Amino acid sequence: MTSVPMTQSSAAERDMTDGPYLQVEDLKVTFPTQDGPVTAVSGLTYSVEKGKTLGIVGESGSGKSVSSMAVMGLHDTKSAQISGSIRVGGTEVVGLSESKMRGLRGNSMAMIFQDALAALHPFYKIGGQLEEAYLVHHSSASKRDARRKAIEMLDRVGIPQPDRRVDDFPHQFSGGMRQRAMIAMGLINDPSLLIADEPTTALDVTVQAQILDLLQDLQREFNSAVIIITHDLGVIAEMADDVLVMYAGRCVEYGTTRQILTSPEMPYTWGLLSSIPDVTASTDARLIPIPGNPPSLLRPPSGCSFHPRCVHMDKVPGELCRTDLPELLPASSGTAHLKRCHLADPVGVYRTEVLPEIAPELVEETR
Amino acid sequence: MFAYVVKRLISGVLVVTLVSMAIFLLFWYGPSSPAQPICDRETSNRCTPARLDTYERTLGYDNPVYVEYGKFVEGIFVGRTITIASSEYECGAPCLGVSFRTKQPVKEELVSRIPATFSIAIGGAFLYLLFGVPIGVAAAKRRGSVADKALVSSFLFISSIPYYLFALLTWLYLTITFEVPLFSDTGYFPITQDGPFKWFSGMFLAWVALGIFGCTQYTRFTRGAMVEALSEDYIRTAKAKGLPTRTIVYKHGLRAALVPVVTIFGIDFGTLLAGTIFTERIFEIQGIGWWALEAVQGRDLPVVQATALFSAVILICSNLLVDVVYSVLDPRVRLS
Repeated sequence: MTSVPMTQSSAAERDMTDGPYLQVEDLKVTFPTQDGPVTAVSGLTYSVEKGKTLGIVGESGSGKSVSSMAVMGLHDTKSAQISGSIRVGGTEVVGLSESKMRGLRGNSMAMIFQDALAALHPFYKIGGQLEEAYLVHHSSASKRDARRKAIEMLDRVGIPQPDRRVDDFPHQFSGGMRQRAMIAMGLINDPSLLIADEPTTALDVTVQAQILDLLQDLQREFNSAVIIITHDLGVIAEMADDVLVMYAGRCVEYGTTRQILTSPEMPYTWGLLSSIPDVTASTDARLIPIPGNPPSLLRPPSGCSFHPRCVHMDKVPGELCRTDLPELLPASSGTAHLKRCHLADPVGVYRTEVLPEIAPELVEETR
Repeated sequence: MFAYVVKRLISGVLVVTLVSMAIFLLFWYGPSSPAQPICDRETSNRCTPARLDTYERTLGYDNPVYVEYGKFVEGIFVGRTITIASSEYECGAPCLGVSFRTKQPVKEELVSRIPATFSIAIGGAFLYLLFGVPIGVAAAKRRGSVADKALVSSFLFISSIPYYLFALLTWLYLTITFEVPLFSDTGYFPITQDGPFKWFSGMFLAWVALGIFGCTQYTRFTRGAMVEALSEDYIRTAKAKGLPTRTIVYKHGLRAALVPVVTIFGIDFGTLLAGTIFTERIFEIQGIGWWALEAVQGRDLPVVQATALFSAVILICSNLLVDVVYSVLDPRVRLS
C-alpha cells in the first residue's frame, strides 16, 4: 500500500494551507450520451472552510450531486469530462491520478449518501464495512484495531450496544440507525471534508431531526468542512452557514443562509421558498409551486435557463431573458451575496409581489 | 434451518411418491398392455393373446392398479420376488424391479451407470463455471466496449445453435474429420479399471461440448448479474471509501452477482446429474440419460420408472441445496 505515506503527507500539507479547505472554481462536468454531450454542471464556483457548512439546494437534475461526486472523483473518468479546478486541502483534484485520488477518498474527504439501505452492502456486516473503510487507509492497523475503531464510531453516532450491533447486517438496523452507521463509516478516518448527499431524505421526520443534530455535533467535534446537498430548505435553515442554489447545472444564487432565506434575489429561489409547507399555517393556506418542469440538459433553454418557468420575465426589458445568460453578479444585500438574474430591482419585486403571498406577516417587518 | 430442511425433505418424499404414481399410471393405462413389449420380445414377435395373458398374469397386470403399486412400494422397502412367465427373479430391497430387456435388477444397473453420468456433469459444469463466470465478470467490467459487444454477440450466436447440433458437430469435426488424438475414443471408462488417462480422454470431448455451450450461457448470466451489481449504490459507497478497483469489483460486486448465478447453477447442475441424453448418446457414454432413452424406446417400464424417480430425487435435492446455499450467501434470506 503505497498510498499511505502519500496521504499522510497530504494530511500535513492540508493543515498548512490557509483559506478554505475546499475550493471549486469554474467546474464543468460533461457526459457524452447517445443524443450528444450533456453538460450537467457548468461554471460552478464555491468554497467551504473547515468548520463551516455549505448547503447546496436545487431540484433533481440541477447538478447538485454531480458536482459533489466530481469533488469526490466518483465519476467514471472514461466517460465524464471534468474541467475547471477543485482544490481539496491545497491538492488539485481535477486530473489527479486514480491511485492518488483513492488515497484522498474516504480519508481526507468522505461522502454519505441518501438511502443507506441501498448504499450499504447487504451481504457484509456493518462492522466489516466500517473496518474495511478504516483499514484501507491505515494499512499498518490490525483487524483488532479496526474493529475497536468501528465500535467506537458506532458508539459515537449513538448506536446502542455498539459492541454487539457491530456484528449485525444492514437489514437488521432501522432506517435511522443505518444512516448513523453510514455517517460513522464516513467519519471513521476523520475526514476534513464531509459531503452529505440528501442524508435525511429517506428517513422519518423525527429521525431526520436526530440525524441533522448528530451531523452538527460531529462537525463541531471534528471541525470538518461540510457540504449538505438537499432540496429541503428546512434542512438548509437548520444546518448551513452558506447556501448555493443550483438550477440546470449552474449556480443561480449564492450567499449566507441569512441572505438567501431573508432577501433572495432570484425568482427560482423565491419559487423554492414559496413551495415550503408551513406547519403553523392554516390548513387552507396554499403552497405556490414553481410552474413547469426542470429543463432538459440535453437542450438547455437559451439565455437564462429559468426563463421558461419565470413569472417575472415581463419586468425585464426586451428579450434579454431569452437571449442572454445573466452573469453571476453581487446582489444588493451584501458583498458575499451573488445572483444570476436580469431583474433590475429584485428586492422591490420580492417585497411587493412575492413576500405578501408566501409570508404576509413578514411584509411589515422587512419594511 | 434444520426444521426447514426436514420440512423440505418431507415434501420431497411426497413429490417422489407422486412422480412414481404418475409413471405407474401412465404405463398402466397406456394404449397397449404393459406386458405387450416384453411378450413381443420373449416370443420373437409371435405374441398370441394366450401368451400375452400369461405375461399379464405373472406380472400382476390383471390385479387392480393399487395392488400392484402397493407391491412396487413394498419391493422398495423389503424387496420381492418378480415372476415373468415361467422365470422367477429375486429382487432385494430397495427393489426397483427387473429390466424387461436384460432381466437384470434395475437398481444394480442404475448404480453402475451413475459414475458415467456424474463424470459428465461434474466435468462439464466445472468447465463452464471456470470459463463462464470470469469471462462474464470481465465483460461486465468493460461493458459497452468493442470487446464486450463482440463477446456478447458471438456467445449469443453459439447459444442459439441447438445443443444436440452443437454437440454433434463437435464430435463430427474433432473425432471423425480431424481425428484429434485426445478426442478419438469417447466413452466412459471407469478410473478404477482403465486408469485416469483413459477416463479423462473418453470424457474430454463431452466436457468440452458441454463446457463451451454452458459457458456461453453462464457468461451471459454472470455478465448481466454483474452489470446490475456494479450499478448498485453500495458500489458507489465502496468507491467513495477509497477502496481499490479490484476490491470493489470482486469483494463488493461479484459477491452480490454470484447469488443469482449460484441459483441457476444449482438447478442446471441437478438437471445434468439426472442424466444428459444428448451428451451421452452422441459421445457414446453409458450413463443414465442414454439408458432412459433406450428404456423408453423399448418400453421397459421398470427402467423408465427408475430413471424418472432418480431424476426427481436429484432435482429435489439440488433445489433444496440451492435454497440452503442461498441463505448462506444472502444474510437477508432466512429459511423458515
